[in-house]
Amino acid sequence: MIQLSRWKVILVVLSLAFGVLLAFPNALSPAQRASLPGWLPKNALNLGLDLQGGSYLLLEVDVDAMRTKRVDNLIEDIRVSMREAGIATNQIVREQGGAVVVVSDPSRTDAAYEALRALIGPAAAGGVAERQVTRVGEGRVRLAFTEATLNSMGATAVDQSIEVVRRRIDSLGTREPSITRQGAERIVVQAPGESDPAALERVIGQTAQLTFQMVDQENSVQDAVAGRVPPDAQLLLGADGVTPYLVKKRVLVSGENLTRAGVGADQSGRPAIDFRFDGQGARRFGEATAANVGKPFAIILDGKVISAPTINGPITGGTGQITGNFSIQEASELVNLLNGGALPAPLTVEERRTVTAELGADAVKAGALSTMIGFVIIVLFMLLAYGFLFGGISVVGLILNGILIVAAMSLTQATLTLPGIAGLILTFAVAVDANVLIYERMRDEARAGRSVIASMDAGFNKAMGTIIDANLTTLVAAAIMFIFGAGPVRGFAWTLSIGVFTSVFSSVLVAQVLLAYWLKYAKPKTLPIAETVK
Amino acid sequence: MTWWPLIKVLPQKTNFHFVKYARYAAVLSIVLCTAAIVSCFYPGLNMGIDFRGGASMEVAKPAGQTIDLEAVRSSVGNLELGDVGVQGIARRDTNVEDGSTAVLRFQIPNGQDQTTVVNQVEGAITGAVGEVTYSGVSVVGSKVSGELFTSGILALGVAIALMFAYIWFRFEPQFGFGAVAGLLHDVILTFGLIVLFKLEFSLNMVAAILTVIGYSMNDTVVVFDRLRENLRKYKTMPLRDVIDLSLNETLSRTIITGVTAVMVLAALAFFGGEALFGFSVALMFGIIVGTYSSIYVGAPIILLWGVKRGEINEDAKPVKLGMASRP
Repeated sequence: MIQLSRWKVILVVLSLAFGVLLAFPNALSPAQRASLPGWLPKNALNLGLDLQGGSYLLLEVDVDAMRTKRVDNLIEDIRVSMREAGIATNQIVREQGGAVVVVSDPSRTDAAYEALRALIGPAAAGGVAERQVTRVGEGRVRLAFTEATLNSMGATAVDQSIEVVRRRIDSLGTREPSITRQGAERIVVQAPGESDPAALERVIGQTAQLTFQMVDQENSVQDAVAGRVPPDAQLLLGADGVTPYLVKKRVLVSGENLTRAGVGADQSGRPAIDFRFDGQGARRFGEATAANVGKPFAIILDGKVISAPTINGPITGGTGQITGNFSIQEASELVNLLNGGALPAPLTVEERRTVTAELGADAVKAGALSTMIGFVIIVLFMLLAYGFLFGGISVVGLILNGILIVAAMSLTQATLTLPGIAGLILTFAVAVDANVLIYERMRDEARAGRSVIASMDAGFNKAMGTIIDANLTTLVAAAIMFIFGAGPVRGFAWTLSIGVFTSVFSSVLVAQVLLAYWLKYAKPKTLPIAETVK
Repeated sequence: MTWWPLIKVLPQKTNFHFVKYARYAAVLSIVLCTAAIVSCFYPGLNMGIDFRGGASMEVAKPAGQTIDLEAVRSSVGNLELGDVGVQGIARRDTNVEDGSTAVLRFQIPNGQDQTTVVNQVEGAITGAVGEVTYSGVSVVGSKVSGELFTSGILALGVAIALMFAYIWFRFEPQFGFGAVAGLLHDVILTFGLIVLFKLEFSLNMVAAILTVIGYSMNDTVVVFDRLRENLRKYKTMPLRDVIDLSLNETLSRTIITGVTAVMVLAALAFFGGEALFGFSVALMFGIIVGTYSSIYVGAPIILLWGVKRGEINEDAKPVKLGMASRP
């Protein structure tokens, strides 16, 4: 009904007040925002990476590679354990998630079973061991990861990777990075602002798996290069990418046992990496160095031999130094990687988008300019088409709409992207459509001979159904964009949806309230937008 | 001032015989749609890296300096990365094309590391034209681009299906078919425009088309709403005349809203910069076509199909309205 109802007036005034309050922080500088008293809302619009600059990385955790690696380690454990128990094996057959040992002498199956049982290790947090041993026939024993472990391996790897990536990015000093999981095996890293995308990628891209392994001196490197690699050894390249090294597969100590790394200097003053092992690492490293005095061991990072020093004597203190041809920057990045921990699985960059802050600022400028121009065009056009009163009323509704959109987007911290700005501009056009529908209805009714009040009343009532129908379709389109869309499209969908609600609210309600005031005080005899000549 | 407000000058009651020309309009629509569909395959859409995979880099020199595009093209071409596209674009800060800014597009060969390839290309560019700044770099792997394409096309399909369901639910099946025919028409022609102007088909473009779908429906709903109302009001009037009447009655709204939207989008296309240009042009075109289709595709299909008037009349209250001035 077109009469002044108190609750409508209150609603409009309240929404205006809250809108201004929530949109207000956008008019302030970041420093001013920070100094606002605690009870005031501080959130400004959350600009997308395309508007404020920054990097977006979509990483995929190579879970398959990790599973293969875990099984590799398991097979190596079996080999060592059989040798230590003095059990001869025909072969070790690799299987999905584990391996089967074929014992040469079937009478020793039980001994093999017992030896492998020792490899199950302590139960994990849930009380269930990661590995299980089963007899699979005469002379055959199987050691494999449990079904549950295999299933959770991927999820665990992604979770661990997120943690490691977060630590590494924090070590770069990146401002407010967002690291989230996407789907089963992907991680999205978003780092806003003037971060160095190349450094980001370099830091994330490295697995940083550090291991200490003995150099194989019993077999010749030349034979291995020619293709005859012994089963318990592997051929690796040096940091220069050329020098081949033949290294025992067995890992003496790994980066997991590292408690702290730091940049130091070697005897000749070049950058080196100092490290300290935890108790277990120190013990294992001490035992290994004591047993291998005079022999070289290899320090391996991500499959590359950084250096292969000779053990001069047992190292029992748990500290050591890695020397190599490091620059200061390389050394400090490596230290950060080591302190951040190794990634459980390699990460591959599937998608990356980088926008510099300047480009983002230019986009904001262009977006703001076109929004302003679009807004002015609508205002002029509405005033031109419907006159100061009716056109003016829809302009007031439009302004409230603009405030409410900014307020809602600041409140929900929805990301405003460049296409989102386009959505915003389009929202203004659609908001006016609600007014146009109402006004055209009123004109129809006035033409049909109804009084001013009756035709205005009918105008609102009849147009409402159409307005709701029309806006629901936009909402459906926006919902689909949100579900299927990626990145900037989602921002667009979100802006569009917020716009649908605020525009229907402000253009209908504001028009109702203001037109009711006009009816009450001007007591018009004719509808100003109706045809003058009948 | 007799011409202001403008709305008083606009004839409130028009009597265009839209339906009379529906036949010609249908021929035109069918020809254009066929051409648009064919063009999507030959020459085909200009797929952006979102959907094709690969890399796109924006390189710039300070204002006043120019980048030798040919030198960049040949030096990057030597890296054997498949087809390399180099294109000069407007400067971001001034929105003027002065040769200082360019966009480079290339593929990441299978099995090669993204970062390595990007570094090689950066090296080649620096070698060819000296130091440049890389203001925007996007690299999309082939796996992700495939997924993005599938989900983009899926989104368009689901949108159309949901709109059909919505109209079916709110109106009659015939209305639903009319609306969906209009939607398909708009979507297909927008695709045709994208091909014709070699606009880049990207994620943003999918958003633009989805918006066109939303707008086109919006327009169609307004017309259908009036049509349904008039079908109840004038039970004996021939369907053809009711359709004409409804189109005429909603015409002023159709024009005002359409003009507003198109003007605003034109502002966006002119001042929104390179990034929004394709997007706003596609939207603008889609909205124009959407307006046309709600008059010439949606409604005539209902005429073709026919409406069971009785069904609609069942729940209709007899509305006594003046309409005295209707001849």
